[in-house]
Amino acid sequence: MTHTTSSEPATPDAKTQKAITPETAGGDRGNIKQNKVRRTGAPGEKLNILGGIGGWLWLAVIILPIYYIVITSFRTSEDLRANNQLLPSTNPTIAPFIKVLENDFLHYFTNSLIVTLSTVAVVLSASVMAAYYITRSTTLGGKRLFQIILLGIAIPVQATIIPVYYLIQQLGLYDTLWALILPQIAFAIPLSVLIIVNFVRDIPAELFESMKVDGAGEWRILTSLVLPMAKPALMTVGIYQALQVWNSFLFPLVLTQSSEVRVLPLSLWEYSGQFGIDVPATLAAVVLSALPLLIAYIFARRHIVAGLTAGFGK
Amino acid sequence: MTETASRSKTTGLGQKGPSFLMALPAVAFFGIFALIPLIGVVVISFMEWNVLGSPEWVGLTNWEAVLFDRPFTWTALGLTVTFVIGSYLFQAPVALLLGVFMAGQQRYRALLAVLYFLPLLFSSVAVGLTFQSLFSPNYGLSAALPFEWLPNDWLANSDLVMWVMIFVVGWCFVPFHGLLYQAGVRQIPASMYEAATIDGAGRLRQFFSITLPQLRYTIITSSTLMLVGSLTYFDLIYVLTGGQPADAVRILPLDMYVTGFASYNLGYASVIAVILVAIGLTLSLLLNVLSGSSKMDSDKAGA
Repeated sequence: MTHTTSSEPATPDAKTQKAITPETAGGDRGNIKQNKVRRTGAPGEKLNILGGIGGWLWLAVIILPIYYIVITSFRTSEDLRANNQLLPSTNPTIAPFIKVLENDFLHYFTNSLIVTLSTVAVVLSASVMAAYYITRSTTLGGKRLFQIILLGIAIPVQATIIPVYYLIQQLGLYDTLWALILPQIAFAIPLSVLIIVNFVRDIPAELFESMKVDGAGEWRILTSLVLPMAKPALMTVGIYQALQVWNSFLFPLVLTQSSEVRVLPLSLWEYSGQFGIDVPATLAAVVLSALPLLIAYIFARRHIVAGLTAGFGK
Repeated sequence: MTETASRSKTTGLGQKGPSFLMALPAVAFFGIFALIPLIGVVVISFMEWNVLGSPEWVGLTNWEAVLFDRPFTWTALGLTVTFVIGSYLFQAPVALLLGVFMAGQQRYRALLAVLYFLPLLFSSVAVGLTFQSLFSPNYGLSAALPFEWLPNDWLANSDLVMWVMIFVVGWCFVPFHGLLYQAGVRQIPASMYEAATIDGAGRLRQFFSITLPQLRYTIITSSTLMLVGSLTYFDLIYVLTGGQPADAVRILPLDMYVTGFASYNLGYASVIAVILVAIGLTLSLLLNVLSGSSKMDSDKAGA
């Protein structure tokens, strides 16, 4: 089975897909020219139109709130009350953004960055090592461990927050960045291990064995064989978990308190209370907090979507 | 020849796999901060604890109180069921159709798929604040649009707020499930559609006879994530409503948070948490059984 290549068809980019399989458009509901000739059934045409209408309709649903955030963040709150809120301001201003930046935004941003990067770094290294052990272990241990970790996917974060709160308090870590990093690593591990195991499993056993014959130790096998082969999985896991951690709300809400260790989602929450009726400033903070992800998405869209679809599709 | 020889030699040596030390970091983190808390929540459900003092053993008192002396538990359970089913009925069809649609080839679809992804980039607080503003009676949608029939108290109307929440939560999660379905559809062999076309099957027929059955593993994965996800969903409902008005969307996760961290009754809150875990695990297992086999082990690429 060619599992490593099975991630290819998931590439979201239509052009690449077309190039690989010009005529074999898999689940294509909406026909390419060649198919149109063959598919002459009237009901088919009808569904296609419906699909198109539905697609554009959903786009409107998605875009309206985003458009609203952006245009509102460039106006004053007087402007918001006086004019039609769905039209861009005639006097755009960046004052809301300045207000947010003057209110420690960069500090919160840095906290989020520290928490996200360290969580993801540890999740990736711990998961890839665990995945190597699980796939190559000859004892029952590997299999058992995998089963327990799979069970972990079904553990809801929300349901364990009370003991986690107790634990963090007892460890003296309440209201520190550690309180955010350590539990989030733990909750990211099950899904990450699952995705990485699915990739590592596809590495032919011969490669492991020939490396061993050449005298390579565990670390060498891990770094020169497992890591490069699992790269797509690591990207998927890294991106997905970074999104989760960057946007997480419950852990910061329960496990931190002071503004010193405040992260972005919580800062938005605080801003909305602090700024009160200054809705544009609150929404400017929303824009600023989403901006890094948006920039990352613009530059790495193909990898992000391909990674997510391949990782979960497997 | 030499390769097979060396292979049999290494396996003949009773080759051991990598040492357990490799898995230790993952096991340690997972054990300490996920597994132990899972056991811990059951333990705390038998204790009285008001955050400040230390927890004290009270046996079944919390359970009796939450299940029998507190009618709201059952109301919250009912609201949770409404929320879970409502979210599923909204998200599942939209995500499925969207995924099928996105799997198509035209360039404009690729562009739409780029835009569909955007909600995934916003934190739930960001989404919450945005919709709070959009749904505001003073300057939101209802003020901007000239439609009389638009309600102007979206979030303050206790009959409406549940449906508004189902919509907003769907807004956030449909894109992710759409991606899952898109990936699923792309793995269906094209030959199946070609054969069906030759047999004269229309597109609708192909959808029901090929696409849906071929997507069964994706449907199960996605459904599990959706159902368990809405069952334990907290963020947006807390940000947008805090459960108000009249506790109309105080579903169990929110009920747990408010009971535990606003009313400082962590014992009661743990009972609610255990109930949530139990329902969640039952749901996942049920869906797993329904899928015929353990879907985690099976490989749908071969399907």
